[in-house]
Amino acid sequence: MGRQTEVLKFIFWRLLQAIPVIFVVITATFFLVRSAPGGPFDSEKAVLPEVKRALEAQYKLDLPLHEQYIAYLGDLSNGDLGPSFKYPGRSVNEILGSGLPVTAELGLYALSFALLIGVLAGVFAALRPNTRQDYIPMGMAMIGICMPSFLLGPLLVLIFGIYLDWLPIAGWGDLPGDKILPSITLGSAYAAYIARLSRAGMLEILSQDYIRTARAKGLPEWRMVIQHALRGGLIPVIAFLGPAFAGLLAGSFVVETIFQIPGLGRFYVQAAFNRDYTMILGTTVFLSTLIVFFNLISDVIAAWLNPRLRAQFKGGA
Amino acid sequence: MNSEQMALLMEAEDGASLWHDAWLRLKKNRAAVTGGVVLAIMVVLAILTPWIAPYGYEAQNLDLGATSPSAAHWLGTDIFGRDLLTQILYGGRISLAVGFIATAVALVIGVTWGAVAGYVGGRIDSVMMRFVDILYALPFMIFIILLMVVFGRNILLLFLAIGAVEWLTMARIMRTQVQSLRQQEFVEAAVSLGLPPSAIIFKHIIPNALGPIIVYTTLTIPSVMLLEAFLSFLGLGIQPPQTSWGLLISYGAETMEEYPWLLIFPGLALTITLFSLNFLGDGLRDALDVRGSKD
Repeated sequence: MGRQTEVLKFIFWRLLQAIPVIFVVITATFFLVRSAPGGPFDSEKAVLPEVKRALEAQYKLDLPLHEQYIAYLGDLSNGDLGPSFKYPGRSVNEILGSGLPVTAELGLYALSFALLIGVLAGVFAALRPNTRQDYIPMGMAMIGICMPSFLLGPLLVLIFGIYLDWLPIAGWGDLPGDKILPSITLGSAYAAYIARLSRAGMLEILSQDYIRTARAKGLPEWRMVIQHALRGGLIPVIAFLGPAFAGLLAGSFVVETIFQIPGLGRFYVQAAFNRDYTMILGTTVFLSTLIVFFNLISDVIAAWLNPRLRAQFKGGA
Repeated sequence: MNSEQMALLMEAEDGASLWHDAWLRLKKNRAAVTGGVVLAIMVVLAILTPWIAPYGYEAQNLDLGATSPSAAHWLGTDIFGRDLLTQILYGGRISLAVGFIATAVALVIGVTWGAVAGYVGGRIDSVMMRFVDILYALPFMIFIILLMVVFGRNILLLFLAIGAVEWLTMARIMRTQVQSLRQQEFVEAAVSLGLPPSAIIFKHIIPNALGPIIVYTTLTIPSVMLLEAFLSFLGLGIQPPQTSWGLLISYGAETMEEYPWLLIFPGLALTITLFSLNFLGDGLRDALDVRGSKD
C-alpha cells in the first residue's frame, strides 16, 4: 500500500475515533457540572421564589436531569450552546464568538514570536555546539521554560509598563502596543521549547554526510543552513505545534487574566467562578473539540514523519 | 535452568555497569550536579523549616507593615508584617510536597496503565489509550474546580487531582517503551518459557524501561509544581492559611508596584527550584541516553 493511502486511512480512523471522544467529553462535563452544589441563581441577593422558579424554567433547570441532558444535546446538534446564565440576554455562542478572535489573535502572535525567536536561537546554538554561542541561548531557553507565565507577565509589566513606562500594562487593542507584552508572556515558554527542539534537530542533521558535502563544496554557512539543514532539522518543531496549540489555550487563562484581555480564557475562568453552567459546558465542548483536533493533526504529522510509528496504526487499531 | 540463571546473572551485571556508567556521566555534568545539590538543599530546608524558620508561621506585626529586606527580616515583610523568608520556607514545603507526592501518584498510575496497554495490545490497548485521549481532552481546570467545589478545598485532593492529570503522558511514554521492548528477544524468551504476563511486565519490561521513567519523573516534578502554582495563582489551589510559592507569587503580583520584593523573592524560589529539577532531568536524560519523546 502506498504511503499516501496509509496515512489517509489513518486520518480517517482517527477522525472516527474523535467523535466518541468528544461525545464522552460532553456527557462527562455535563453531569460533572450539574452535580456540583450551588446553582447560578444562589446569589447573596435574595431573589423572590417566583422569580427564581421562572428563571429556572426559562433555563430548563426544573426538568429532570436526563431531560435537561437530552435537550442540551438537541440544541448542541443545531450548533446552539444555549443562553448564558450569568449574562442574561447573551448566548454562549455570542460570548464565544466575541472571545475567539481575541484569543486566536493572541495565540497567533505568541506562536509567531515563539517560532521566530525559538528557531533563530536553536539554529544559532546548533551551529557552534558546546561553545558560548550554544550555552547562552540555551541557558536563556532554560530560563524561559522555568519561568511560569504568571511570574513572567507581572515581571514584564513591572519592568516595561511601570519602571520604564514604555508599554501599556493591560488591555487588548485599546492603546498602541498593548498587544506586545501579552504575546511575549504567552509565547516565551514555547520559544524556549522550540529553541531546544530545533537545536536538537539541527545537531542531528548537521552531522549527516550531505551537510559535510555541502560544507566541503564551500557553500556559505547561512546558505547551507537555509537550503539543506532547516528542512530536516525542523521536523521535531513541526510535530510540537499540535500540542503547543492546546497548551496555548490553557496559557491564555493566565495571560488573559493578568492583562485583562476579553478572550476565551478569561471567560472560562470567570464562568467557573460564577457557576455559569451553560458557559462552562459550551467553552468545554468548544475547547475540547479544538484540542482533539490539534492532537489529531499532530498525530498525523508524527505518523507521516516517522515510519516506525506509522506501522502501529495499520488497520486502525 | 542453569542457562537461565546464567542469562539472569549476565543481565544483572550488564544492568549494574549501565547504571555505573550513567552515574559517571552524570557526575561529569556540572549543571546536573549543581541542580541536584541545590534541590537537595531545598528539600533539607523544607524538612527542617519548623526548626530553622526565623519567625513563627502565624506571627504578624501589623504596626510594621510591609518593609523591604533588612537585617531583622532578610527578605522583607508583607503587608501584615509577616516575615517573607518564613513564608517562603513554609510555602516551599507545600510546593515541594505537591511536586513529589502528585508525581508519585502519576508515576504509579501511568506506568501501570501504559505497561498493560502496550503489552496486551490489540483492542484493549485501543480502548485504554482512547480513555487517555478522553482525559487529555477534558480540560483539567473544570475537573479540579469541580473536585474542589464538591469535596471542599483539600490539599490531599489537590495531590490526587494533579496526579490524575499528570499520569497521562507517563502512560503514553511507558506504552511506547513497552511496545518496542515487547518485540525483543528476551521478552519473547520469557513468553515462550510460559511466564505469566504480570511477571513479564513487572520483572522484565518495567526494569528495562526504567531509564525513561526516571528521566520523565524528574521532568514531571517541575511541571506538577508549576501546575500547583498556576492553580494557586488563579485562586483555585492552595488556600490560606496554608501557603505555597504560587500563592505568594499571586499576592506579590497584586502589590508589586509598591512592594516588588513580595513578587521577586517567591518567584526566585520557584524558578531556582524548577531550574535545578530541569537541569537534573536533562543530565539524567543524557547520562541514561534516553531519546526525547514526541515533544
